[in-house]
Amino acid sequence: MHARADAADTAPESSTLWPDDIFATLQRFDVRQVPYVPDAGHSKLIQRVQGSSTMRGIPLTTEEEGVALLAGAWTGGQRGVLLMQSSGVGNCINMLSLIPILRYPFLTLVTMRGEWGEFNPWQVPMGSTTQGVFELSGVKVLRASNAAEVPAVLEAAAAQAYNALTPTAVLLSQRLIGAKVFTK
Amino acid sequence: MSKANLLDRRQVVSALLANRKDVVAIGGLGASTNDITAAGDHARNFYLWGGMGGAPMIGLGLALAQPKLPVLVITGDGEMLMGMGSLATIGLQKPSNLSIVVLDNECYGETGGQTSHTSAAADLVGVARACGIPDSRAISTMAEVEAFAKTVHDVSAGPRFANVKIDSANVERILPSRDGTYIVNRIRGDLGFQPI
Repeated sequence: MHARADAADTAPESSTLWPDDIFATLQRFDVRQVPYVPDAGHSKLIQRVQGSSTMRGIPLTTEEEGVALLAGAWTGGQRGVLLMQSSGVGNCINMLSLIPILRYPFLTLVTMRGEWGEFNPWQVPMGSTTQGVFELSGVKVLRASNAAEVPAVLEAAAAQAYNALTPTAVLLSQRLIGAKVFTK
Repeated sequence: MSKANLLDRRQVVSALLANRKDVVAIGGLGASTNDITAAGDHARNFYLWGGMGGAPMIGLGLALAQPKLPVLVITGDGEMLMGMGSLATIGLQKPSNLSIVVLDNECYGETGGQTSHTSAAADLVGVARACGIPDSRAISTMAEVEAFAKTVHDVSAGPRFANVKIDSANVERILPSRDGTYIVNRIRGDLGFQPI
Protein backbone atom coordinates (compact mmCIF):
# COMPACT_ATOMS: atom_id res chain seq x y z
CA MET A 1 0.00 0.00 0.00
CA HIS A 2 1.33 3.39 -0.98
CA ALA A 3 0.33 6.80 0.30
CA ARG A 4 0.96 9.63 -2.10
CA ALA A 5 3.23 12.07 -0.38
CA ASP A 6 3.16 14.82 -2.99
CA ALA A 7 -0.55 15.53 -3.16
CA ALA A 8 0.02 19.22 -2.59
CA ASP A 9 2.31 19.47 -5.64
CA THR A 10 0.38 17.59 -8.27
CA ALA A 11 -3.23 17.03 -9.20
CA PRO A 12 -4.48 13.54 -8.25
CA GLU A 13 -5.31 12.59 -11.84
CA SER A 14 -1.81 13.35 -13.15
CA SER A 15 -0.23 11.47 -10.23
CA THR A 16 -2.04 8.30 -11.13
CA LEU A 17 -1.40 8.62 -14.86
CA TRP A 18 2.40 8.76 -14.90
CA PRO A 19 2.84 5.00 -15.49
CA ASP A 20 0.66 5.42 -18.58
CA ASP A 21 2.95 8.22 -19.75
CA ILE A 22 5.93 5.88 -19.36
CA PHE A 23 4.17 3.11 -21.25
CA ALA A 24 3.28 5.45 -24.11
CA THR A 25 6.89 6.61 -24.44
CA LEU A 26 8.24 3.06 -24.44
CA GLN A 27 5.70 2.13 -27.08
CA ARG A 28 6.69 5.06 -29.25
CA PHE A 29 10.36 4.02 -29.06
CA ASP A 30 9.44 0.50 -30.17
CA VAL A 31 10.59 -1.17 -26.96
CA ARG A 32 9.92 -4.90 -27.21
CA GLN A 33 11.50 -6.69 -24.23
CA VAL A 34 10.72 -5.55 -20.70
CA PRO A 35 12.64 -7.56 -18.11
CA TYR A 36 11.74 -6.74 -14.52
CA VAL A 37 12.00 -7.62 -10.88
CA PRO A 38 8.67 -6.44 -9.51
CA ASP A 39 8.28 -3.37 -7.35
CA ALA A 40 5.05 -1.88 -6.06
CA GLY A 41 5.95 1.40 -7.76
CA HIS A 42 6.20 -0.39 -11.11
CA SER A 43 3.03 -2.47 -10.71
CA LYS A 44 0.81 -0.40 -13.01
CA LEU A 45 3.46 -0.19 -15.73
CA ILE A 46 4.03 -3.95 -15.49
CA GLN A 47 0.27 -4.47 -15.92
CA ARG A 48 0.30 -2.32 -19.06
CA VAL A 49 3.26 -4.28 -20.44
CA GLN A 50 1.55 -7.60 -19.73
CA GLY A 51 -1.52 -6.39 -21.59
CA SER A 52 0.52 -5.20 -24.60
CA SER A 53 0.69 -7.06 -27.90
CA THR A 54 4.08 -5.61 -28.84
CA MET A 55 5.97 -5.74 -25.52
CA ARG A 56 6.99 -8.86 -23.67
CA GLY A 57 7.26 -8.66 -19.88
CA ILE A 58 10.02 -10.95 -18.63
CA PRO A 59 10.14 -11.60 -14.87
CA LEU A 60 13.70 -12.09 -13.61
CA THR A 61 15.05 -13.84 -10.54
CA THR A 62 17.69 -11.12 -10.10
CA GLU A 63 18.22 -7.80 -11.82
CA GLU A 64 21.59 -8.57 -13.41
CA GLU A 65 19.81 -11.09 -15.64
CA GLY A 66 18.07 -8.14 -17.29
CA VAL A 67 21.34 -6.35 -18.12
CA ALA A 68 22.53 -9.44 -20.01
CA LEU A 69 19.11 -10.05 -21.58
CA LEU A 70 19.08 -6.57 -23.15
CA ALA A 71 22.48 -7.27 -24.77
CA GLY A 72 21.04 -10.37 -26.42
CA ALA A 73 17.86 -8.55 -27.42
CA TRP A 74 19.85 -5.81 -29.18
CA THR A 75 22.07 -8.35 -30.92
CA GLY A 76 18.84 -9.85 -32.25
CA GLY A 77 17.48 -6.46 -33.30
CA GLN A 78 15.17 -5.50 -30.42
CA ARG A 79 15.17 -2.72 -27.86
CA GLY A 80 14.38 -3.33 -24.22
CA VAL A 81 14.06 -1.58 -20.88
CA LEU A 82 14.88 -2.94 -17.42
CA LEU A 83 12.47 -2.22 -14.56
CA MET A 84 13.70 -2.58 -11.00
CA GLN A 85 13.81 -0.92 -7.60
CA SER A 86 16.86 0.78 -6.13
CA SER A 87 17.97 -2.23 -4.10
CA GLY A 88 18.29 -4.20 -7.33
CA VAL A 89 20.86 -1.81 -8.77
CA GLY A 90 23.51 -3.26 -6.47
CA ASN A 91 22.79 -6.72 -7.87
CA CYS A 92 23.72 -5.49 -11.35
CA ILE A 93 27.17 -4.03 -10.82
CA ASN A 94 29.49 -6.48 -12.58
CA MET A 95 27.00 -7.14 -15.36
CA LEU A 96 26.87 -3.40 -16.10
CA SER A 97 30.35 -3.85 -17.58
CA LEU A 98 28.68 -5.44 -20.61
CA ILE A 99 27.19 -2.08 -21.58
CA PRO A 100 30.37 -0.16 -22.58
CA ILE A 101 32.03 -3.32 -23.86
CA LEU A 102 29.19 -4.43 -26.15
CA ARG A 103 27.82 -0.88 -26.70
CA TYR A 104 24.10 -1.55 -26.80
CA PRO A 105 21.19 0.70 -25.88
CA PHE A 106 20.60 0.50 -22.15
CA LEU A 107 17.64 2.11 -20.43
CA THR A 108 16.51 1.26 -16.93
CA LEU A 109 13.68 2.71 -14.86
CA VAL A 110 14.36 2.49 -11.14
CA THR A 111 11.76 3.06 -8.45
CA MET A 112 13.50 4.57 -5.45
CA ARG A 113 13.35 3.34 -1.88
CA GLY A 114 15.31 4.57 1.10
CA GLU A 115 14.52 8.27 0.63
CA TRP A 116 11.60 10.72 1.14
CA GLY A 117 9.78 9.45 4.19
CA GLU A 118 11.17 5.89 4.21
CA PHE A 119 9.95 3.69 7.09
CA ASN A 120 12.31 0.74 6.58
CA PRO A 121 15.96 1.45 7.48
CA TRP A 122 17.11 -1.60 5.52
CA GLN A 123 16.25 0.21 2.27
CA VAL A 124 18.37 3.24 3.07
CA PRO A 125 21.98 2.08 2.37
CA MET A 126 21.35 0.92 -1.22
CA GLY A 127 18.88 3.72 -1.89
CA SER A 128 21.57 6.20 -0.85
CA THR A 129 24.20 4.76 -3.18
CA THR A 130 22.00 4.00 -6.22
CA GLN A 131 22.91 7.14 -8.16
CA GLY A 132 26.60 6.81 -7.29
CA VAL A 133 26.71 3.17 -8.37
CA PHE A 134 25.26 4.05 -11.75
CA GLU A 135 27.59 6.99 -12.26
CA LEU A 136 30.67 4.97 -11.32
CA SER A 137 29.49 2.31 -13.77
CA GLY A 138 29.14 4.75 -16.67
CA VAL A 139 25.35 5.03 -16.64
CA LYS A 140 23.89 8.56 -16.86
CA VAL A 141 21.23 9.32 -14.26
CA LEU A 142 18.06 11.34 -14.75
CA ARG A 143 15.44 11.79 -12.05
CA ALA A 144 11.70 12.39 -12.00
CA SER A 145 10.44 13.78 -8.71
CA ASN A 146 6.85 14.55 -9.62
CA ALA A 147 4.28 13.29 -12.09
CA ALA A 148 4.35 16.43 -14.23
CA GLU A 149 7.97 15.91 -15.23
CA VAL A 150 7.72 12.20 -16.02
CA PRO A 151 6.88 12.56 -19.75
CA ALA A 152 9.77 14.93 -20.52
CA VAL A 153 12.29 12.94 -18.48
CA LEU A 154 11.23 9.66 -20.11
CA GLU A 155 11.39 11.21 -23.57
CA ALA A 156 14.91 12.52 -22.97
CA ALA A 157 16.08 9.25 -21.42
CA ALA A 158 14.70 7.07 -24.19
CA ALA A 159 16.05 9.39 -26.89
CA GLN A 160 19.60 9.43 -25.55
CA ALA A 161 19.59 5.70 -24.73
CA TYR A 162 18.23 4.48 -28.07
CA ASN A 163 19.44 7.19 -30.46
CA ALA A 164 22.82 8.03 -28.96
CA LEU A 165 23.60 4.74 -27.17
CA THR A 166 24.05 6.65 -23.92
CA PRO A 167 23.39 4.22 -21.06
CA THR A 168 20.68 5.86 -18.97
CA ALA A 169 18.89 5.25 -15.70
CA VAL A 170 15.75 7.12 -14.72
CA LEU A 171 15.26 7.30 -10.97
CA LEU A 172 11.56 7.53 -10.16
CA SER A 173 11.73 9.17 -6.78
CA GLN A 174 9.96 7.94 -3.71
CA ARG A 175 8.28 11.33 -3.59
CA LEU A 176 6.64 10.50 -6.93
CA ILE A 177 5.67 6.97 -6.01
CA GLY A 178 4.76 7.58 -2.40
CA ALA A 179 6.54 6.12 0.61
CA LYS A 180 5.48 2.57 1.39
CA VAL A 181 3.15 2.50 4.37
CA PHE A 182 3.47 -0.43 6.78
CA THR A 183 0.24 -1.10 8.64
CA LYS A 184 -0.75 -3.92 10.97
CA MET B 1 44.38 -34.47 -14.85
CA SER B 2 42.09 -36.25 -17.16
CA LYS B 3 39.82 -39.07 -16.07
CA ALA B 4 38.96 -42.03 -18.24
CA ASN B 5 35.63 -42.10 -20.14
CA LEU B 6 35.06 -38.37 -19.97
CA LEU B 7 34.56 -36.45 -23.21
CA ASP B 8 37.03 -34.02 -24.75
CA ARG B 9 35.62 -30.48 -24.72
CA ARG B 10 36.93 -29.56 -28.15
CA GLN B 11 35.43 -32.68 -29.73
CA VAL B 12 32.10 -31.95 -28.06
CA VAL B 13 31.94 -28.33 -29.28
CA SER B 14 33.21 -29.28 -32.70
CA ALA B 15 30.36 -31.80 -33.00
CA LEU B 16 27.80 -29.26 -31.75
CA LEU B 17 28.86 -26.73 -34.41
CA ALA B 18 29.87 -29.08 -37.25
CA ASN B 19 26.73 -28.47 -39.29
CA ARG B 20 25.69 -25.20 -37.70
CA LYS B 21 23.83 -23.60 -40.65
CA ASP B 22 22.15 -20.45 -39.26
CA VAL B 23 22.89 -21.10 -35.57
CA VAL B 24 23.99 -18.18 -33.40
CA ALA B 25 26.47 -19.57 -30.85
CA ILE B 26 27.20 -17.83 -27.55
CA GLY B 27 30.32 -18.92 -25.66
CA GLY B 28 30.44 -18.34 -21.90
CA LEU B 29 33.53 -16.64 -20.54
CA GLY B 30 36.68 -18.70 -20.18
CA ALA B 31 37.35 -21.98 -21.86
CA SER B 32 33.93 -22.26 -23.53
CA THR B 33 34.44 -19.12 -25.58
CA ASN B 34 37.83 -20.50 -26.67
CA ASP B 35 36.17 -23.80 -27.61
CA ILE B 36 33.73 -22.16 -30.01
CA THR B 37 36.69 -20.26 -31.49
CA ALA B 38 38.61 -23.50 -31.97
CA ALA B 39 35.63 -24.90 -33.90
CA GLY B 40 36.08 -22.01 -36.37
CA ASP B 41 35.57 -18.27 -36.14
CA HIS B 42 32.14 -17.33 -37.44
CA ALA B 43 30.13 -14.14 -37.93
CA ARG B 44 27.44 -15.62 -35.69
CA ASN B 45 29.74 -16.39 -32.75
CA PHE B 46 29.16 -14.33 -29.61
CA TYR B 47 32.37 -14.48 -27.55
CA LEU B 48 32.18 -13.54 -23.88
CA TRP B 49 35.27 -12.55 -21.92
CA GLY B 50 33.37 -11.32 -18.85
CA GLY B 51 29.90 -10.82 -17.41
CA MET B 52 30.08 -14.17 -15.63
CA GLY B 53 26.63 -15.72 -15.32
CA GLY B 54 25.22 -13.75 -18.24
CA ALA B 55 25.58 -16.13 -21.20
CA PRO B 56 22.20 -17.90 -20.84
CA MET B 57 20.40 -14.55 -20.51
CA ILE B 58 22.12 -13.13 -23.61
CA GLY B 59 20.87 -16.30 -25.30
CA LEU B 60 17.33 -15.68 -24.04
CA GLY B 61 17.25 -12.07 -25.26
CA LEU B 62 18.51 -13.13 -28.68
CA ALA B 63 16.16 -16.11 -28.88
CA LEU B 64 13.11 -13.98 -28.07
CA ALA B 65 14.15 -11.33 -30.60
CA GLN B 66 14.78 -13.92 -33.35
CA PRO B 67 12.29 -16.74 -32.74
CA LYS B 68 13.03 -18.54 -36.02
CA LEU B 69 16.77 -18.66 -35.42
CA PRO B 70 18.39 -21.48 -33.46
CA VAL B 71 20.33 -19.97 -30.54
CA LEU B 72 22.91 -22.15 -28.80
CA VAL B 73 24.58 -21.17 -25.54
CA ILE B 74 27.73 -23.14 -24.74
CA THR B 75 29.12 -22.47 -21.29
CA GLY B 76 30.85 -24.03 -18.30
CA ASP B 77 29.58 -25.37 -14.99
CA GLY B 78 30.98 -22.39 -13.04
CA GLU B 79 29.29 -19.86 -15.30
CA MET B 80 26.00 -21.79 -15.20
CA LEU B 81 26.12 -22.02 -11.41
CA MET B 82 26.56 -18.25 -11.14
CA GLY B 83 23.54 -17.65 -13.38
CA MET B 84 21.44 -20.52 -12.09
CA GLY B 85 18.40 -18.28 -11.57
CA SER B 86 18.35 -17.65 -15.31
CA LEU B 87 17.20 -21.26 -15.78
CA ALA B 88 14.02 -20.31 -13.90
CA THR B 89 13.64 -17.21 -16.08
CA ILE B 90 14.15 -19.28 -19.25
CA GLY B 91 11.83 -22.04 -17.97
CA LEU B 92 9.11 -19.43 -17.60
CA GLN B 93 9.60 -17.86 -21.06
CA LYS B 94 10.01 -21.22 -22.82
CA PRO B 95 11.81 -19.92 -25.93
CA SER B 96 11.42 -22.85 -28.32
CA ASN B 97 14.56 -21.92 -30.29
CA LEU B 98 17.02 -21.80 -27.35
CA SER B 99 19.43 -24.57 -26.42
CA ILE B 100 21.92 -24.49 -23.55
CA VAL B 101 24.90 -26.81 -23.27
CA VAL B 102 27.01 -26.89 -20.13
CA LEU B 103 30.54 -28.26 -20.52
CA ASP B 104 30.85 -29.69 -17.03
CA ASN B 105 34.42 -30.40 -15.93
CA GLU B 106 33.41 -30.10 -12.27
CA CYS B 107 36.00 -27.42 -11.67
CA TYR B 108 37.06 -23.82 -12.23
CA GLY B 109 39.67 -24.62 -14.84
CA GLU B 110 40.73 -21.03 -15.57
CA THR B 111 41.60 -20.23 -11.97
CA GLY B 112 43.62 -23.22 -10.86
CA GLY B 113 41.20 -26.13 -11.10
CA GLN B 114 39.35 -25.63 -7.82
CA THR B 115 36.45 -28.09 -7.61
CA SER B 116 32.98 -26.74 -8.40
CA HIS B 117 29.63 -27.62 -6.82
CA THR B 118 28.85 -30.08 -9.62
CA SER B 119 31.73 -32.30 -8.52
CA ALA B 120 29.88 -33.56 -5.48
CA ALA B 121 26.43 -32.09 -5.03
CA ALA B 122 24.79 -29.83 -7.59
CA ASP B 123 22.83 -31.55 -10.38
CA LEU B 124 22.34 -28.97 -13.12
CA VAL B 125 20.12 -31.30 -15.18
CA GLY B 126 17.81 -31.63 -12.19
CA VAL B 127 17.85 -27.88 -11.69
CA ALA B 128 17.01 -27.18 -15.34
CA ARG B 129 14.19 -29.73 -15.34
CA ALA B 130 12.79 -28.41 -12.08
CA CYS B 131 12.87 -24.88 -13.53
CA GLY B 132 10.53 -25.87 -16.36
CA ILE B 133 12.86 -27.17 -19.08
CA PRO B 134 11.58 -30.75 -19.55
CA ASP B 135 14.11 -31.57 -22.31
CA SER B 136 17.11 -31.57 -19.98
CA ARG B 137 19.69 -34.26 -20.58
CA ALA B 138 22.78 -35.62 -18.87
CA ILE B 139 25.21 -36.45 -21.67
CA SER B 140 28.25 -38.69 -21.40
CA THR B 141 28.84 -40.03 -24.93
CA MET B 142 29.65 -38.46 -28.31
CA ALA B 143 26.62 -40.23 -29.83
CA GLU B 144 24.42 -38.31 -27.40
CA VAL B 145 26.22 -35.06 -28.26
CA GLU B 146 25.63 -35.66 -31.97
CA ALA B 147 21.95 -36.44 -31.38
CA PHE B 148 21.58 -33.25 -29.34
CA ALA B 149 23.35 -31.20 -32.05
CA LYS B 150 20.64 -32.24 -34.53
CA THR B 151 17.82 -31.14 -32.22
CA VAL B 152 19.32 -27.65 -31.87
CA HIS B 153 18.02 -26.83 -35.38
CA ASP B 154 14.44 -27.61 -34.41
CA VAL B 155 13.27 -24.15 -33.35
CA SER B 156 9.84 -25.37 -32.32
CA ALA B 157 10.71 -27.90 -29.62
CA GLY B 158 12.93 -26.06 -27.14
CA PRO B 159 14.03 -24.83 -24.78
CA ARG B 160 16.47 -27.64 -24.19
CA PHE B 161 19.35 -28.13 -21.82
CA ALA B 162 22.27 -30.56 -21.81
CA ASN B 163 24.95 -31.10 -19.22
CA VAL B 164 27.96 -32.76 -20.83
CA LYS B 165 30.54 -34.31 -18.55
CA ILE B 166 33.97 -33.46 -19.95
CA ASP B 167 37.48 -34.10 -18.71
CA SER B 168 39.21 -31.29 -16.89
CA ALA B 169 42.38 -31.28 -18.98
CA ASN B 170 43.57 -27.79 -19.87
CA VAL B 171 43.73 -27.48 -23.64
CA GLU B 172 45.52 -25.02 -25.87
CA ARG B 173 44.09 -21.51 -25.58
CA ILE B 174 42.64 -20.42 -28.90
CA LEU B 175 41.56 -16.86 -28.34
CA PRO B 176 38.79 -15.00 -30.20
CA SER B 177 38.46 -11.24 -30.64
CA ARG B 178 38.19 -9.31 -27.37
CA ASP B 179 36.38 -6.40 -29.02
CA GLY B 180 32.80 -6.71 -27.81
CA THR B 181 31.42 -4.00 -30.09
CA TYR B 182 32.92 -5.72 -33.12
CA ILE B 183 31.49 -9.07 -32.01
CA VAL B 184 27.95 -7.74 -31.54
CA ASN B 185 27.95 -5.64 -34.70
CA ARG B 186 29.28 -8.54 -36.75
CA ILE B 187 26.35 -10.71 -35.63
CA ARG B 188 23.88 -7.87 -36.20
CA GLY B 189 25.30 -7.29 -39.66
CA ASP B 190 24.98 -10.97 -40.51
CA LEU B 191 21.34 -10.87 -39.37
CA GLY B 192 20.71 -7.92 -41.67
CA PHE B 193 20.70 -5.04 -39.17
CA GLN B 194 22.28 -1.70 -40.06
CA PRO B 195 24.56 0.23 -37.70
CA ILE B 196 22.75 2.97 -35.78
